[in-house]
Amino acid sequence: MTPQLASTPLLDWGDIFSFQDYGALLALLSNSLIAGAVLGLVGGLIGVFVMQRDLAFAVHGVSELSFAGAAAALLFGGSVVFGSLAGALVAAVLIGVLGAKARDRNSIVGVLMPFGLGLGILFLSLYEGRSSNRFGLLTGQIVSVSSPDLGWLIGISVVVLAGLLLMWNPLRFDSLDPESAAARGVPTRTVSLVFMVLLGLIVAVSVHIIGALLVMALLVTPAAAAMRVSAGPVAVPVLAAVFGFVSAVGGILLALAGTLPVSPYITTISFLIYGGCWLVQRSRQRVRRA
Amino acid sequence: MSGARPQAEGSTSTPVLTVEGAALHRGSRELWSGLDLQVQPGEFIAVLGPSGSGKTTLLRSILGLQPLSSGSIRVGGEPTRRGNPRIGYIPQQRHLAPDTSMRARDLVALGVRGSRFGLPIPHRGDRARVDALLEGVGATHYADRRVGLLSGGEQQRLRVGQALADRPMLLLCDEPLSNLDLANQRGVTDIIDRERRERGAAVLFVTHDINPILDRVDRILYIAGGRFVLGTPDEVLQSRVLTDLYGTPVFVLRAGDRLVVVGVPDAEPHHEHDEAEPGSGVHA
Repeated sequence: MTPQLASTPLLDWGDIFSFQDYGALLALLSNSLIAGAVLGLVGGLIGVFVMQRDLAFAVHGVSELSFAGAAAALLFGGSVVFGSLAGALVAAVLIGVLGAKARDRNSIVGVLMPFGLGLGILFLSLYEGRSSNRFGLLTGQIVSVSSPDLGWLIGISVVVLAGLLLMWNPLRFDSLDPESAAARGVPTRTVSLVFMVLLGLIVAVSVHIIGALLVMALLVTPAAAAMRVSAGPVAVPVLAAVFGFVSAVGGILLALAGTLPVSPYITTISFLIYGGCWLVQRSRQRVRRA
Repeated sequence: MSGARPQAEGSTSTPVLTVEGAALHRGSRELWSGLDLQVQPGEFIAVLGPSGSGKTTLLRSILGLQPLSSGSIRVGGEPTRRGNPRIGYIPQQRHLAPDTSMRARDLVALGVRGSRFGLPIPHRGDRARVDALLEGVGATHYADRRVGLLSGGEQQRLRVGQALADRPMLLLCDEPLSNLDLANQRGVTDIIDRERRERGAAVLFVTHDINPILDRVDRILYIAGGRFVLGTPDEVLQSRVLTDLYGTPVFVLRAGDRLVVVGVPDAEPHHEHDEAEPGSGVHA
């Protein structure tokens, strides 16, 4: 036997892009695609408020506790979706109740995040099942989510979408100027808390689709990109939703063509969109100055 | 000075605001007690006092956001409640982040539909209302620009426009002129003053500096150390009156047409805005 290693390239482009049997794969994964599409849309929309309310760091904290919940479910044999939901909701409500002010919030998130991540890693190292499940929670595993679970993820995303749309105006008011909003009769405490619950729900969904470490690529980046190129009350959320949709669906479609995980495709597309928007903003500013 | 202007214009009509025997405690500390105040339509009342004396808290009580320890507050003859459209609230100018995703008209529109739950579909007539409000505060020419790129004075006019959305009969202003230059202080004061002259709205104006509004003010409510005095500017802004209120020598000096109050002891360790304290948030 001659050693094969030397002649085999470390990276085969076929791993990244290969469109053999694409149609069959697509049919098999249509549910994943729907879940990704809905999450992309809702993630982009909620991201607008995440940016306005300065919650990007909190999103990260919630996702680590969601990861811990999912890992616990894996270890103790419960439903992984419910585990991640429980973890995310506990974290989101804690941050919402204790962290009304930005500085308090950041310290609470800073304390919760390593605790959640450590707990999750502990559960995973005790877990003896399939090892692909382990890292799936951290870096995404949409293709290995079961059909009933996919149904749950889609359903939860739709609930979050409905919640956001129904309190859109008060949420916008409270995000910009909580003092005036309260004076106008907006129940600011309730609005903030309900928002944190919606955020917890969508973070739990994202953990299954792109992984706990990467949720920001769908919950923060698309909205941040949209805010670079527009300020309109309709344009920003619409653009953010479109960017999220393109990232999620585009990422899954590209991942089908290779053997690599989905998440790197999603994060890369989302990052490239942000970069593009940044360039657009830059060039506009130069034109204005000239 | 026009401080002695008669306040009897509306004494036969229902007072816009009636505060009776109001007291407010925070923890064991008494902010003020025994406060009685009647405000008539078209009256302009300045609320003065050191920071921490409970001026902002008084406004929050009138807004129904902070329950009194005792006493009652009536607005237009009815007990106060939160979200009362007859009250307009103008906050302090704080600069909005440059990337805030709102245009000038969206900030004003929050006054029209910001507290509306349900699908965010504009109602018929919303746009016309917002356009009228923008025009009223002289903001039409920058209506479609990003709020974050506007000057402090431009932003503050929008906040006034937002507060006027429901044509309120009572305007509560919490330091609306701070962080503004003189020209913008005058501009914003003019808009507020016009509301009371043309529509008879009453104004309760919390400020740390009386000078920009001295020629508009009918009466002054001066709160310090849990006590207060109420009267025309000429009655209240006297060394003898304030010395008595503070319990320590205080001097009111006149420099040209400006007034300076000297020797005011620091009340509480600084909290510019009382409501920033934990636990004092919104009570439903």
